[in-house]
Amino acid sequence: MAIAHEYEYFAPASLFEATQILSQFGKKAAPLAGGTDLIVFIKEGMITPAAVIDLKRVKDLKALEIKAEGLFLGANTTFSDLVNSQIIKREYRLLWESAHSVASVGIRNRATVVGNICSAIPSMDAAPALLCYDAVVHLISLGSEREVPIQQWFVAPRKTLRKPDEIVAGISLKKPADKHAGIYLKLGRYKGEDLAQAGLGILVTEKWEYRLAFCAVAPIPARASSIEGLLFGKKLNPELILQVQNLIPTEIAPINDIRSSARYRTHICKVMMQRGLPAAVDRLNGVEIDNTGILGG
Amino acid sequence: MAKIRITLNKEKRRLDVETNETLLEVLRDKLGMKSPKCGCDRGDCGSCAVLLSGKSVRSCLILAIECDGVEITTLEGISQDGMNKLQEAFIEFSSFQCGYCAPGVIISATELLKANPHPSLDEIKEALSGNLCRCTGYTPIFDAILAATKKEK
Repeated sequence: MAIAHEYEYFAPASLFEATQILSQFGKKAAPLAGGTDLIVFIKEGMITPAAVIDLKRVKDLKALEIKAEGLFLGANTTFSDLVNSQIIKREYRLLWESAHSVASVGIRNRATVVGNICSAIPSMDAAPALLCYDAVVHLISLGSEREVPIQQWFVAPRKTLRKPDEIVAGISLKKPADKHAGIYLKLGRYKGEDLAQAGLGILVTEKWEYRLAFCAVAPIPARASSIEGLLFGKKLNPELILQVQNLIPTEIAPINDIRSSARYRTHICKVMMQRGLPAAVDRLNGVEIDNTGILGG
Repeated sequence: MAKIRITLNKEKRRLDVETNETLLEVLRDKLGMKSPKCGCDRGDCGSCAVLLSGKSVRSCLILAIECDGVEITTLEGISQDGMNKLQEAFIEFSSFQCGYCAPGVIISATELLKANPHPSLDEIKEALSGNLCRCTGYTPIFDAILAATKKEK
């Protein structure tokens, strides 16, 4: 199908040039990274930009930097870049597992993490990991820069705090100071390319600090703060997990849609918590866990 | 209209493209490459898969103009010197009926086998999870890929 809508195309070589074009077009510009969402949005008439600004040739936006204290994911970092990194697999397992669960190889080769947070689809797999790692979104516009914590980034489905003249240059993730382990659980309708019916990211530290974040069960991905508060400083036991499960309906706001009913989503979140929390703690203790088998085949 | 240069199946090409033409349209309608198929046209089915610098991508989700200076390989390119073992195995195992999905499946399998010449069945399933087939079913496809990897040993 041809794209009916017409627009100007720009492929700036520098960030400065990109911000200049963006400031000129403002709301009428659409930054393009991987394009796996954007091209569909344009095809379906959901957005009608006057200018498409392709960021792939901006070298400053490419880097995936791995540092002792954390990570920086430049705007052109693809999900395959994460999946193919052994360091990410070893040291950021929660992020790796969420990247690995995104669509299919052919999409992951192109789709970017930054594009994913800009599309802000409620079911986006990367969000629970970014939320658990207290990620910070780095924005650049002509003559200014700012940082937004990922907890504040998502405003509503498909709405973020990005202003029309801003480019998301990248996302930084910080490792917890203490020894920690994480896991991502995703339920889809089938094993393979599917959006999440529910997704849960868990990060636990040796000092029993728990970070938990859901996707696909509320208008925006979010941390489960009351559950984190309940668990803080405590070792897991069956009674505690039951208390956690009882809090889930207050933490999520699922919808009925083609993929699942709200009731089922609530139920599966309880199952995810019951199986995911002990699995994360097992990983903390050095046990090898395959996250894909936890919710069944 | 803009001018771009690409390397298509090892041949350098120059062409004029509209800013809103997808790579799939340009490959099929301007360059005569009929192996990439238009299925869902939104990146879900994998029928339009081609290799961009060796990595499988959905040509329906890429603007042709994005590909200036890029190397593209379609199934026609893979077959330039005759059918390879993977394609022979597809015939041997009757891994297609209508054949619509087959080019995309072979592109995905080609990418997999280059990185991992002897994949497990699970690894094949994962590599092909973005390729939908609605007539053959997947078992003959998996069998063909497994057989092709054994031939290459």
